[in-house]
Amino acid sequence: MNIVENFDLFAPRLVDKKEYFTSGHRSCQGCGEALAVRLMCKALGEDVVISCATGCMEIVSSMYPATAWEVPWIHVAFENAAAVGAGVEAGLKALRRKGRIPDRYIKSVAMAGDGGTADIGLQALSGAMERGHDMLFVCFDNEAYMNTGMQRSSQTPFGASATTSPAGKVSYGQKTWKKNVPEIMVAHNIPYVATACPSYPLDFMRKVEKAKNIKGPTYIHCLSVCPTGWRSASNTTIKVGRLAVETGIFPLYEVENGKYRITVDMPEPLRPVEDYLKLQGRFRHLKSVEIEMMQERVDLEHRKLMNKVNNLQSWEELEEEGAILEVWESVLAGSEGYIE
Amino acid sequence: MAKRVGMEVGIAAAEAVGLCNIDVAAVYPITPQSHIAEHLSNIVADGRINAEFITVESEHSSISSLCGASATGARTYTATSSQGLMFMHELLPIVSAMRLPIVMGIANRAVSGPLSIWNDHSDIMPQRDSGWITMFAENGQEVVDMTIQSFKIAEHKDVMLPASVNIDGFQLTHMVEPIEFPTQKEVNKFLPDRKPFATLHPDKPITMGAFAMPDRFAEVMKAKDVAIVNSKKIILEVWKEWEKQFGRSYNPVETYKAKDADVLLVTMGSMGETAEIAIDELQKKGVSVGLVKIRLWRPFPTEELKAAVKGAKVLAVTDRAVSFGGVSGPVGMEVKSLFYHEKDRPLITNYIMGLGGRDVTVEDFIKMAEKAVEAEKKGITEEYEFYGVRG
Ligand SMILES: Cc1ncc(C[n+]2csc(CCOP(=O)(O)OP(=O)(O)O)c2C)c(N)n1
Ligand code: SF4
Ligand SMILES: [Mg+2]
Repeated sequence: MNIVENFDLFAPRLVDKKEYFTSGHRSCQGCGEALAVRLMCKALGEDVVISCATGCMEIVSSMYPATAWEVPWIHVAFENAAAVGAGVEAGLKALRRKGRIPDRYIKSVAMAGDGGTADIGLQALSGAMERGHDMLFVCFDNEAYMNTGMQRSSQTPFGASATTSPAGKVSYGQKTWKKNVPEIMVAHNIPYVATACPSYPLDFMRKVEKAKNIKGPTYIHCLSVCPTGWRSASNTTIKVGRLAVETGIFPLYEVENGKYRITVDMPEPLRPVEDYLKLQGRFRHLKSVEIEMMQERVDLEHRKLMNKVNNLQSWEELEEEGAILEVWESVLAGSEGYIE
Repeated sequence: MAKRVGMEVGIAAAEAVGLCNIDVAAVYPITPQSHIAEHLSNIVADGRINAEFITVESEHSSISSLCGASATGARTYTATSSQGLMFMHELLPIVSAMRLPIVMGIANRAVSGPLSIWNDHSDIMPQRDSGWITMFAENGQEVVDMTIQSFKIAEHKDVMLPASVNIDGFQLTHMVEPIEFPTQKEVNKFLPDRKPFATLHPDKPITMGAFAMPDRFAEVMKAKDVAIVNSKKIILEVWKEWEKQFGRSYNPVETYKAKDADVLLVTMGSMGETAEIAIDELQKKGVSVGLVKIRLWRPFPTEELKAAVKGAKVLAVTDRAVSFGGVSGPVGMEVKSLFYHEKDRPLITNYIMGLGGRDVTVEDFIKMAEKAVEAEKKGITEEYEFYGVRG
């Protein structure tokens, strides 16, 4: 079991030494997504079942007959990790209630890439979150369909050249801004939503631990640097992740019962986006006009976020009779009045 | 002896599931399956069974969530139809490859387009090669019995495959029929708790759903095929056990007045009962005709079908789905290929009929039988015929 309360003080000793996502998997050198999965597993500990979508992490870890997983793990398809995880939760709940498995709490955790979360997997994710399963869903966002060769997703950032949104003579690459999945999750009224990045391992692990301990649907969106797809040097993964935060491109925050909080301070003023862009070949083609557009949008998004952080109250503060927070308890209680 | 009750067959299917001590159900509504979904959720809401009912947002998620639940060791059920089954299609071969004994009721309905909510078999036929045990019910009693049997067959340690019970939409799902329900005690005796081979649990972490390189994939496919072929033995055992306990017998191929008949109609599903009346009338007129009903579609009952039609001169195989541009309808193709190597093979005609809820009457079956008699004299002119279709 991990103890996270004092992580900031005693962190090096408190990180679980045991590996649940073991070495020997076949991710690329410097893969930020594999690092993030490893950290997530350490924060989750043993009593979990992981449902994983098709994608890089599935492919690098599960080539029959070998496996990198030391925890129970299932892969079914690309777009359904949230549904599979929901079924795992329901199965464990029913079997435990009926005394057919030991009376012990086991967390259902579902994971997917940005494609398996924000695009093809969004319906299953929304359904699972709306139904209120006691499940943590973690999106490992490397900003494209990397497993199939770096095609664009709704998470590919503006200006990036991806293989289906390539930069060309008349195109600067991706035209759209990232779909805001954390915000979509907040709109599901779930008790906990957070963004994270393995460049800040303790922040990420604390969030995973927190989400694990909340009985209800929770969501973490983890920016995962992909040197292969981002055309960045494999020894700069941590640095690139840090720059994403310091430029305000990917702020780290959490939303607990409606209350927004920045969890990793950003410099003031933010570092220029160019510092982040210039380390990555996927932005190499950008001209100053596009970089300026990007800077303006990042600044706007930052102000939008800070507006929420500064002005939104938590549901506890807003509600009068404590009714809203009881909703999840009653959802989780189910037909049998069964509650953890 | 349990007493008979008059009940709508869809409701009865849900009642049967209610007797099976399921742990998790996930059902998304679609006509004509909706009454199964609704009634099963009533059973859960009234606390009559101790199960989780996942109100999924789609069929893709109903079957996906049951993958997760079944992998934890839970007994699981879903039901669907038509577009819902097509939406599940991607997952069906995964379920069987992962050897998850999910049981599914299918209220068979035409597949769009044009949109049609009415009955035929065009939803189940595209699932033919997905590795599911697939059987067809002819009446309400069979729906109840086969639903209960399916859990036992699917979960058997020598099978571990998903199974579907096909129930003709409206023509069977919405009929009120006399049905005899086994008691809870009797079902408990017949169907004890599931004893899973391997489950997702931290006490013994396993990896499920690994991917395979070319040097392994084919072996997994063969293993699945061997499993489903061998499942027939268990299916027969379970049916024998059912007969012993409940007195109703089940066979992969059923016959009706087929002995020594020159011409045999071949049906699958609820139309068998209409065809029986046609056989009675024809035999009264002295026509040498009988009926063969395929109950078990996968694994295909090769020996049983050969035995059932032995000596017949013509088989009039009916199909309720189209394999566009193919040699015949799906059942027609199957039966033709089965007899290719036989020395004394019968002539095989193939009638595609009853599409999208088109009525097939006793007279129609009589006409088909007469056409088959004609074909016997004149030889086959076409591989298949859209029976009674304009244009
Ligand atoms: C239904 C379906 N469509 C497409 C694919 C092909 N496919 C497999 S993984 C993948 C992309 C995965 O991208 P993402 O979810 O972002 O994960 P990553 O590999 O980037 O970690 C695609 C398109 C598939 N397996 N299933
Ligand atoms: S492509 Fe990117 S995400 Fe995938 S394994 Fe390689 S570095 Fe990791
Ligand atoms: Mg990705």
